[in-house]
Amino acid sequence: MTPNKSQNAKHKPHKNHLMTGNEAIGEGAVRAGCALYAGYPITPQNELTAFMSYRMKEKSRIFIQSESEIAAISMVFGASVAGKRAMTSSSSPGISLKQEGISYLAGCRLPGVIVNVMRGGPGLGNIAPSQADYFQAVKGGGHGDYHIIVLAPSSVEEAMSLTMLAFDLSDTYRVPAMILTDGILGQMMEPVGISKFQFKTAGFIKKPWALTGAKGRKPRVIKSLWLKPGALEGFNIKLQQTYKKIKDKEARQETFYCNDAELIVVAYGSVSRTAKAAVRVLRSKGKRVGLLRPITLWPFPEQAIKRYAKKTKKFLTVEMSAGQMVEDVRLAVEGKAKVSFYGRMGGGIPSQNEIEKEISKLLSLRGA
Amino acid sequence: MTLQRVFKKPVSLIDVPTHYCAGCGHGIIHRIIAEVIDELAIRERIIAIAPVGCAVLAYDYWNFDTTEAAHGRCPAVATAIKRTMPDNIVFTYQGDGDLAAIGTAETVHAANRGDNITVIFVNNGVYGMTGGQMAPTTLIGQRTATTQHGRNAACDGHPLKILEMLAVLEGVCYLERTSVESPANIIKTKQAVKKAFKNQIENKGFSMVEVLSMCPTYTGRSIESSIKWIKERVSKDYPLGVLKDRV
Repeated sequence: MTPNKSQNAKHKPHKNHLMTGNEAIGEGAVRAGCALYAGYPITPQNELTAFMSYRMKEKSRIFIQSESEIAAISMVFGASVAGKRAMTSSSSPGISLKQEGISYLAGCRLPGVIVNVMRGGPGLGNIAPSQADYFQAVKGGGHGDYHIIVLAPSSVEEAMSLTMLAFDLSDTYRVPAMILTDGILGQMMEPVGISKFQFKTAGFIKKPWALTGAKGRKPRVIKSLWLKPGALEGFNIKLQQTYKKIKDKEARQETFYCNDAELIVVAYGSVSRTAKAAVRVLRSKGKRVGLLRPITLWPFPEQAIKRYAKKTKKFLTVEMSAGQMVEDVRLAVEGKAKVSFYGRMGGGIPSQNEIEKEISKLLSLRGA
Repeated sequence: MTLQRVFKKPVSLIDVPTHYCAGCGHGIIHRIIAEVIDELAIRERIIAIAPVGCAVLAYDYWNFDTTEAAHGRCPAVATAIKRTMPDNIVFTYQGDGDLAAIGTAETVHAANRGDNITVIFVNNGVYGMTGGQMAPTTLIGQRTATTQHGRNAACDGHPLKILEMLAVLEGVCYLERTSVESPANIIKTKQAVKKAFKNQIENKGFSMVEVLSMCPTYTGRSIESSIKWIKERVSKDYPLGVLKDRV
């Protein structure tokens, strides 16, 4: 795939800059002050790696095409140890490789941003879009009791803004953050109001724990190994307290026509756009349907869903998977509503028609 | 006449007892590194990366900034630290599993990129921390927890010569193999380690010292016999000397 000539031109602050989701994520990282990017080629995020290979150098930052996805996450670990903002990106199989590294980031309380542009799986799968890594992203993926903050953009511009947010949240809480997106969003092009996103030059969160060389101070250690009896449990208790703080403060969602909805569709990322179109059409026909789009997948917007479940008794979760987020929707409604699922797997993409049909079918069923 | 202190423990070594077995080479090598760092006056610039293995707790003994790394990934971590903090002196300290088994790719590629880092490779021919299993550097016929009838080339391959493999790479500046089984070789090890750190200070590039070390506990030997083992057997398969010196 030959790079687009305009991709190689120096970026001028246009009012609306046409870019791919992959590029927007990259530009967002650069504007957020990302000091190091390490990545390994894998479809469908190669545009991001290629973009970073020249954009990072333009801004005198560090770009490394690493020997593997494992080396890349280890490089993020290294830069983070030194107090620098760092990012890596991959797609599903490569994200599987990074799981140990992510667990280490979590265990060492290191910030870092990981981008997953999801593709069909399991195994080698295909290069079509998917949302089948939700469990991996949100329920752990790596070993141990930890969470990472997971952000799911649904537009190219949101991909840029959420990437910048990921760096801030990651630094604030010392928790790794993931941008969970898919091949559609990664490769589609949309205009971005790029001048809204200022280059961050000040206000970086201080890192008094970073390794910078023990000059004029006691040496510091970054580790996740706690061998003394009770020490690791004590550390885990502190981690869980941090996660609780994040759950209380950082859940984000977008709601569309939910207040009087008889049925709420829950969808994220690319699927949420199709679902929104379906909801719009059905609303124009007088059907009381709405859309709840989680923006943070962890922390999951369970409070918002719980609130709506008081009045809305039908939820339809639509995903490009066999049904992963649907489990969190079921947990969130606490039995107060009926939660249905519609999905496509292995790179299949739900169409607006399919979603409309599914909603209509559920609306016509007798109440929960 | 007042007494003058003419010899003391290095500032870069924390004055605590170590957990290493009697006769283990780690204690000697930790001390060599600490003395070198003191003599080169770089303690305040050091960022060290500890391995997974017996030396996983090295940061309990080192008086400078140290980080953990996932098993085998020290060179990748080091690359990132050095490229984002070029004025710091960055070194990794790794055993044979960390560097030449699970971490082979990271070792080869950091060397190939020619990253200006220092790698100290402690080769004791066995996996100590986990109970004495075969290492890539275990000798043919050597008995370990996973080669109970002795390492057999047909199913286990031959001892891996990672230093020799790295010598063909353009990006590598300096490679030397030394040992700590005798006072004379301990002195040579210190000289090699000093050179490997000096190269980094002078921006000369990737420098690595492989140190043949004793593991009496898991080579099933007495301390004296594990010293003889290096003299008579290991150093035949792993000859001491400079393998590359671009300086």
